[in-house]
Amino acid sequence: MITARGLARTFQTRTGPVEAVRGVDIDVADGEIVGLLGPNGAGKTTTLRMLTTLITPTAGDATIAGHDLRLDPRGVRSGIGYVPQGGSTGDDGVVMDELILQARLFRLSKADARRSATELLGSLDLNGLDERTCKQLSGGQRRRVDIALGLVHRPGLVFLDEPTTGLDPQSRANLWDHIRDLRARGTTIVITTHYLDEADALCDRILVMDHGTVVAEGTPDELKRRISGDIITLDLDHADAGDAETVVRVAEKAVAVRSSIAEHGRIHLTVEHGDQSVIPLLRALDGAGVTPGALTVKRPSLDDVFLAITGRSLRDAEQHPDPARTDPAQTEPTEAGAAATSSPNH
Amino acid sequence: MTFLRDTALVFAAQLRDNLRNPLWVIIGLMQPVLYLVLFGPLLENLGDEFGGGDDPWLVFTPGMLTMIALFGSAFVGFNMIVELRAGIIERQRVTPASRGALLLGRVGKDMVVLLVQASLLTVVAVLAFGLRPDPAGLVLALLLVALVAAGMSSASYALALRTRSEGSLASLLNTFSVPLLLLSGILLPMTLAPRWLETLATVNPLSHTVDAARALFAGDFGDSEVVVGSVVSIAVAVLLAVVGARTFRRENA
Repeated sequence: MITARGLARTFQTRTGPVEAVRGVDIDVADGEIVGLLGPNGAGKTTTLRMLTTLITPTAGDATIAGHDLRLDPRGVRSGIGYVPQGGSTGDDGVVMDELILQARLFRLSKADARRSATELLGSLDLNGLDERTCKQLSGGQRRRVDIALGLVHRPGLVFLDEPTTGLDPQSRANLWDHIRDLRARGTTIVITTHYLDEADALCDRILVMDHGTVVAEGTPDELKRRISGDIITLDLDHADAGDAETVVRVAEKAVAVRSSIAEHGRIHLTVEHGDQSVIPLLRALDGAGVTPGALTVKRPSLDDVFLAITGRSLRDAEQHPDPARTDPAQTEPTEAGAAATSSPNH
Repeated sequence: MTFLRDTALVFAAQLRDNLRNPLWVIIGLMQPVLYLVLFGPLLENLGDEFGGGDDPWLVFTPGMLTMIALFGSAFVGFNMIVELRAGIIERQRVTPASRGALLLGRVGKDMVVLLVQASLLTVVAVLAFGLRPDPAGLVLALLLVALVAAGMSSASYALALRTRSEGSLASLLNTFSVPLLLLSGILLPMTLAPRWLETLATVNPLSHTVDAARALFAGDFGDSEVVVGSVVSIAVAVLLAVVGARTFRRENA
């Protein structure tokens, strides 16, 4: 559904050029939910705005929904839906009028536009709000109207830019259900988020972005496994628990231990497959006469992943954005990035 | 075909929003009506120096029509900044609709609003001050000021897209609109001006529109100003619409 190579975008600012996106490759298959995860300023929205034809890439090429991004931007637009980060409704807009206008600008007939809008209002739990103005809606309702506006022409590919930012937990969970529904009906979805749990809960695949590049890619499970493994924590406060050194030695013989961290009365073992390691580990410990007090197996969170890849936790990255930082390994320009041309943006 | 369809869709949606809140059309009328009522009567005593023969209203009313076209339409950019902030412009720019159509639909709405205001103002002048314009001339003059409105609103939208800020837009508009007004002979005819000021005014396209509208109101269809003013008005409106459409097509706009 999407093939992008070396997409890059440099903005000219008063303080000099800012490389918002530095050559990303993106592949999205039909029916996938792909997440762009990263802190604010990582280049997620810029990437999305390039893929939706709103800004022209300074380098790179892409084919989106069967149309070439540079040669046929209008073709791309006709095949996609876009839900921008900041919303897309005015205070005085009437829900049904806005939906019908949007659908008709996508070439639907008046009757089809109304039918599609009515169906969507039903499936997004917005029944009976057709004649309301947008300022009369709750935050969650209004966000769902934004989503409806992005879907009303029934696109096969939808871009959602931070769809749940600013929503209360219940509206958020509710919106996740709608997004899953959409996927179940065969829509391909690209979603940006800076919430780890959201990427984890929704996405088939995640592209981790930082400083304008994709720094890691995989399913949520793959990312967590590849980078951190699982973490088994043993409580050693028990009388027969033995000392930390013994435990690590026994564990290393029994299972594939990647690393271990001992803290007072506790030991954290990072292992390849936590679920498959528990029984062998316990058998070996029992054979060595060690009885741990408690044992927990934890999958690493995407926060651990982000920390491992970028050396910063996502929360730090949010609070201390540092666009000036350059890591040569991350900013190497791609081949396609050399072919910078600007095309007229009709 | 799709261009016309898209333009019509945007036009209808914009007009519907305006009808939902007609207060602004009324407020836009207040100022010119005040000029008509509180300033116009002064001119009656100026006599022949002011022009228009027995009826100074034939000179003054076309000026007021041009003024509402100038000021009413120059400020439509503020609506666009609201739409930009709300994400409506971006939402429409990601549809296959032509970006020129997104602009022209809005400009068309502004022309209709102006025509309604101009007609109401003329009715006030006819009923309250005994204005008797040439009927065919009146219709043509209304078309002329509608062209002014089209040009001004295109320019205003272009500036709104470029500045994206109410503050910058307001100061830019004031910078341009006050000299445009003063050098147009809208309030008093430029025939009263000293030579240098009159020369300066001929550079202002609006002065030709006003002169043409005055000739049309008086029924002087043979006046050369009718031709000059019409050509100038059409040229300026087309030029500004093209500039506006190009700005709309630019990325980030």
